[in-house]
Amino acid sequence: MVENCEQVWREVSNYIENDLDPALRAGMDEHLRQCPKCRSVLEGTRNIVRLYGDERLFQVPLGFSWRLRHKLAGAQPTWQSVGFGWLVAAAAMTLIVGGFVLANSSSRAHPAVLSHMAAPAKPLPEGLIVVVAEHGKLFHLAKCDYIHAEGTFVRTMTAQEALREGYAPCLRCLGEYVMKVALDFARRRGLAV
Amino acid sequence: MDATSSAEKLPAKADAREEALIRRVQNGEREVFYELVQPYERRLYAAAFAILRNQHDAEDAAQEAILKALKNLKQFRFEARFSTWLIQITINEARMRRRKEHADVMEPIGEYREDEGTYTPRDFADWREIPSESLERTEVRKLLLEALATLGVKYREIFILRDVNHLSIEEVSEMLGISRASVKTRLLRARLMLRDLLAPKMSSGWFSTSTLPKGEKPW
Repeated sequence: MVENCEQVWREVSNYIENDLDPALRAGMDEHLRQCPKCRSVLEGTRNIVRLYGDERLFQVPLGFSWRLRHKLAGAQPTWQSVGFGWLVAAAAMTLIVGGFVLANSSSRAHPAVLSHMAAPAKPLPEGLIVVVAEHGKLFHLAKCDYIHAEGTFVRTMTAQEALREGYAPCLRCLGEYVMKVALDFARRRGLAV
Repeated sequence: MDATSSAEKLPAKADAREEALIRRVQNGEREVFYELVQPYERRLYAAAFAILRNQHDAEDAAQEAILKALKNLKQFRFEARFSTWLIQITINEARMRRRKEHADVMEPIGEYREDEGTYTPRDFADWREIPSESLERTEVRKLLLEALATLGVKYREIFILRDVNHLSIEEVSEMLGISRASVKTRLLRARLMLRDLLAPKMSSGWFSTSTLPKGEKPW
């Protein structure tokens, strides 16, 4: 039973969406037959729903699709490179930060690093074979161009031993080593070509 | 609210073709992403327009949302309809831009009114059905969009999501983080306010009596 127009106005949305219990709907039907005001509200609201629901009302601006495709085409390589870039940056950061952490935390147990320009790093495999030059402060991979070993004695040891003796990793050759590991990892995961 | 996670809570399934396309993009075939989003361009633009009320801003927001969807597609788990997920991202993007760029803009009719109480219609003229063909006319579309733009954003959002993008009451409720009852109340108010705004034009026959060449029908 519908007692007044306000009740119809409250339910007009539900009436249009057929979301009313049958008794209330029947009551509204009866009221609507007798009330031109409420019929006006119902028909006007129906017009609103129908007109705004029509696909022709909202049309994307001219050139929208073209501009979108252009942006998507530009975004694609970025996505790949961002992933790989982050990987490399994370590896480099780990090398540097790890080095500082290790240098600070192990200064009592181990000799201080021999170079103030660099610091040892955690992520290097402990069994990695490296070389150190007599009077040098860094440890290197064997083919590193920056060993500066002319006329000096060169020793071979593991990265773990080099760290224990206070040598710091050469950021050139061992930096490249970390990059290579990161690149191989990225290739295996399909993140880089 | 994280767009990519909140929308995924909605219980729905992408259709098979769409699901296949999504999986292809997730597996690296990003060149097919446009094919995936193309059917939703209009709806995303409308969602952004509802909030920003400006063609250029709406385009920028919708396109930025699509780029974000591409970036985050690997996180899509098929727990929501893909369209709902896209619309959620677009709504968030448009809201963010509105906060950033339109913070000083006064909100129009109804924004600060209470939802409680019955909305009383103002116009009771006898309306006949307005033919959909009238939407072919630029001035009719302009009139409807201008009327929509005068509503407060909380009504525009709900009206667009429900009556333009045809989301369910539950989806709108979930997307905007408000109760079903609030969605229904605001939707009713939005529809009645629009009806009142357009009533003078509709009932006076504006749609049919505006200047047209002799012999040409208005729709």
